[in-house]
Amino acid sequence: MIQAIGRRSISAIESVGRVGQFVMDMTRALTDVGTWARLVVGQMRRIGVDSLPVALFIAAFTGVVLALQASYTFTGAVPLYFVGTLVGKTMMLELGPVLTGLALAGRVGASMAAELGTMKVTEQVDALETLAYDPQSYLVVPRVIAATLMFPVIVAFSIAVGIITGWLTSLALLDLSTPDFIKGLKLFYVSKDVWFGLLKSASFGFTIALVGCIVGLGTRGGAEGVGRSTTRAVVYSAILILVLDAFWAVVLL
Amino acid sequence: MIEFQDLYKGFDGKAVLQGLSLRIRDGETVVIIGYSGTGKSVALKHIVGLLQPDAGDVIVDGQAVGTLDKGDLTLLREGIGYVFQFAALFDSMTVAENLALGLRRRRLADEEIEDRVREALALVDLSGTGDRLPAELSGGMRKRVGIARAIALRPRYILYDEPTTGLDPVTSAVIDRLMVRTREHLGVTGVVVTHDMRSAYTVGDRIAMLYEGRVRQVGSVAEIQETEDPVVRQFIEGRAE
Repeated sequence: MIQAIGRRSISAIESVGRVGQFVMDMTRALTDVGTWARLVVGQMRRIGVDSLPVALFIAAFTGVVLALQASYTFTGAVPLYFVGTLVGKTMMLELGPVLTGLALAGRVGASMAAELGTMKVTEQVDALETLAYDPQSYLVVPRVIAATLMFPVIVAFSIAVGIITGWLTSLALLDLSTPDFIKGLKLFYVSKDVWFGLLKSASFGFTIALVGCIVGLGTRGGAEGVGRSTTRAVVYSAILILVLDAFWAVVLL
Repeated sequence: MIEFQDLYKGFDGKAVLQGLSLRIRDGETVVIIGYSGTGKSVALKHIVGLLQPDAGDVIVDGQAVGTLDKGDLTLLREGIGYVFQFAALFDSMTVAENLALGLRRRRLADEEIEDRVREALALVDLSGTGDRLPAELSGGMRKRVGIARAIALRPRYILYDEPTTGLDPVTSAVIDRLMVRTREHLGVTGVVVTHDMRSAYTVGDRIAMLYEGRVRQVGSVAEIQETEDPVVRQFIEGRAE
């Protein structure tokens, strides 16, 4: 048993070391601007534009549910215009960034791990190296930069859509007027609500892309290995998003 | 010149290369033969620094590959073409883009890249396939594109990893002829890893048999064909016992 604990401890320390080395290599690859710069835009389109429908779909229904649940909770006790407050605050501070992050951990993280994992097991990554490219500059840096830049954009749209659907629900189903909804929305609003949510989402984007790349490029074996990496990328990303969410709440709120 | 100097490499506690020493002279093609799992491909990957040796080293043009930093390794790789066992073409790129990728790294003008891509595809008899995706090609065509990608770089060395494995005899013969033609046209030094003896006899100037992680015998094609070493004999004749 002691041996097993020892083996697991060594393996955990090795994993931390590998991640540290990976991040150091990635930081070093940032100087190879000529390679990664022209690839960033393509990745921004894949990560950003292509993910937008999923993110907006989730945000739209989250706004509806938030408005209805707020109204249900407030009935008789709190003025109804607080529905606007709750929808706005919750979308900006929490549900916009976190729900989008979790959804995109599945879409973006899994896709990166599967793509890079397949490239790894079919020797395409080795081929890239023999053509004198650094896989960090060619594969990792563009993805990480694109995800870090595009996640706040996606989340900004999600927040807007969530608030709009919350407002429309209030008008249609809750007997709440537009001025009252806006009054509630403005109540307690501070600009920090917005930048806090966007900063958080940038950190989620960075994390999801980094995990997808680390797990993908660490793939071993054939199709089974790629499947394992894909699952791992989603699970690790989802866990790290929740940990980061708590971290930012402690540090910035 | 490429020289393996007492090279050792293992994976997860299992020794693969156990003191491999072999010299490949400029302009010749050396074929490395041996049973599956004896470390032929592992040896090849050490030449371009895809693997780090546990002990010993590979010397290429006087440089110990295992000790090179990233910049020097990149320069070394620019002079070496590598043909992978399953071609390792980039799925998302067309054939022409696959060939152009390595050339762009060398910062060549667009016109020169186009010329070299056209020339390399013509050399492997695949003119007109530049716009196709790897998924639209047969196994033999993919291997030829892999060879074209290597020769488009006009390297000093070309390394072939199992170039005829999984191909029918006619396509294998086409690939063999292509390897010979590449050496004749470009004068490159070649290292070919294979267990296809017909291919080894066709393309090799010398043949080295790898056995239990080291070279069992090395010699000209005629010397290997006439060997009295029972292990080498059994392998080249493909006998079960």
